Amino acid sequence: MHTRLASCIALALLATPVLSSAVDFSGNVALEGRYFPNDAAFAGQQENGGFSISAQPEFKHTWDNDDQQFTFTPFYRWDDKDEERSHGDIRQLDYLYSKGDWEYQAGLSKKFWGVTESSHLVDIINQTDAVEGFDGEDKLGQPMIRATRLLENGALDFFVLPYFRERTAAGIDGRFRSGFVVDTDAAEYESDSDEKHVDFAVRWTTSKDEYDIGLSYFDGTSRDPSFTLDDTTGMLNPYYELIQQAGLDLQYTGESTIWKLEAIHRKSHTDKYSAAVGGFEHSLPAFESGAEMSLLGEYHNDSRGETAFSPMQNDLFLATRYALNDEASSELLAGAFYDLDNGTTSIRLEGSRRVGEGMKLNIEAQVMTNVDDNDPLNSFAEDDYIQVELQKFF
Amino acid sequence: MKKTLLASLLLLSISGAAMAETPAEKGLRIAQEGNAYDDGFVDSTSDMTMTLKNRTGKTSRRVISAKTLEGKGDGDKSLSLFNEPADVKGTKMLTFSHGLKPDDQWLFLPALKRVKRINSRNKSGPFMGSEFSFEDLGSQEVEKFTYTFLREEACGEGNKLKCHVIERKPAYQYSGYTKQVAWVDTVGYRVPKVVFYDRKNALLKTLTSTGYKQFLGKYWRPSLMSMINHQSGKSTTLQFSNYKFKTGLSSRDFNKNSLKR
Repeated sequence: MHTRLASCIALALLATPVLSSAVDFSGNVALEGRYFPNDAAFAGQQENGGFSISAQPEFKHTWDNDDQQFTFTPFYRWDDKDEERSHGDIRQLDYLYSKGDWEYQAGLSKKFWGVTESSHLVDIINQTDAVEGFDGEDKLGQPMIRATRLLENGALDFFVLPYFRERTAAGIDGRFRSGFVVDTDAAEYESDSDEKHVDFAVRWTTSKDEYDIGLSYFDGTSRDPSFTLDDTTGMLNPYYELIQQAGLDLQYTGESTIWKLEAIHRKSHTDKYSAAVGGFEHSLPAFESGAEMSLLGEYHNDSRGETAFSPMQNDLFLATRYALNDEASSELLAGAFYDLDNGTTSIRLEGSRRVGEGMKLNIEAQVMTNVDDNDPLNSFAEDDYIQVELQKFF
Repeated sequence: MKKTLLASLLLLSISGAAMAETPAEKGLRIAQEGNAYDDGFVDSTSDMTMTLKNRTGKTSRRVISAKTLEGKGDGDKSLSLFNEPADVKGTKMLTFSHGLKPDDQWLFLPALKRVKRINSRNKSGPFMGSEFSFEDLGSQEVEKFTYTFLREEACGEGNKLKCHVIERKPAYQYSGYTKQVAWVDTVGYRVPKVVFYDRKNALLKTLTSTGYKQFLGKYWRPSLMSMINHQSGKSTTLQFSNYKFKTGLSSRDFNKNSLKR
């Protein structure tokens, strides 16, 4: 894959000057520092924390009245502690063409599906770039061919996904791992064609008055690995099975309260289960200063119960979002996940504001308490952290 | 003589009754005429530069390009694309405006490639930290207000225009205002000035629009809108350029799925 990536970058860089007359260049570079107040739980893990630098430029060329677009977004992060977190990716390298009610896209790209805030069950096109952050919001570029038929109040999307991206994982020096390190060079697949198995997906969305509805179906390699312990290496080998997944996402947007639901049913040769997350986001009246506050509550359920590999089998998420609506767009989200079966609690804080010229300051912190020995989050019980990131946009 | 006076008084009052239009009716009629005058622009695109100025004079800038599609039977559809500040570059906001029903609004967040439907509860909130609130920038559909005609007076740059002065009270929920007083030009329905009163009915802001240009021989659009907040001492200007009309936009350009492009 590395050589592939390299040749893709080379190709794109060669192509860039040809288009440079109308290439729109933007992106960001960022400096990030992390601090872990607790001693590491496992041998080899970094103590205290460290720093990291990342860059994500974007080259975009649009022509033909924006009906044709070429986008190239490489990404690279260097981490001073964990060599598995020092990694590169092509977030986007694609060509888009739209004509009438049809839209076509080919290349590496990203598609997000879903409505809820505290987890994304329905979202399945892209693999998680797990070393990027604990929340799993960062995704790897997915090779795809997409055709979309725009409908009066919605769309029908067809995806062919010809190549699979493996989930990234922390190395020996990294936090946010179990006592065993994942050997990303030893991935195994249910499909005989391994990562070259061709996946398919289709999604229908529509909006009617206050309702936004999405129905999706995916047939292919699961983005979520299971692991087997390799006796010879003492490492965890990821195993990716083939699945079929049906998904529903639904949002009702009331004037003050938004209701959200995501539900999936997933089937494989070894398992069959359903999971759902649903809740609300309620906006309180604005303060005189113009600042706004909203309250969020989401409930998670997984039919596999406590045997689920997912930590969200019967959990509650409660949070408050505070937006100052000031010149610096200052925002703060404070929330907590609470496991209704075993009491495991994790408290999260996310804040951001614009600073100086074209810069943004992001702060993220997490504290876990009352972690149950059998909860999937138990491996991360000592990984409380505070992270400060300064991004420069251009 | 007495009789004639009586007769003419009678006549006067009859003709007065025939033409009688309460201030509320007259206000509504002018709003409807203004709306009708703007009919047929079909679609438009423009670039906006918003300059925020705080009390100490420090400024910051937002650059937005906007597309509008005229609504048929319902409110207009609009799409705003943010180019500055750099950290929100690529963010898009899609709005389907309605009369009394809350507007439908979707936000596209480019970093997450996520389209998020948002509610309009806090339409009184500042737009990107500016002195313009969401409700100031939304499409001003007739049904959104109740009207009272106040008077007629000279208005605009150099007082060269003649204006209807109309008080309008928001008919929708959660407005930040008890009322607005608008100066509406009697010929071209330009709105050179609007004064806003907060929830306590105290003077809050004044919006002055200047540099009006006429497009397609009919439609007037300002080059500069200046909003002054009398309570905070802050101000925001909105500069418009590259107005284009009848550019061939269709509802597909305002499909929430096209936001992700």
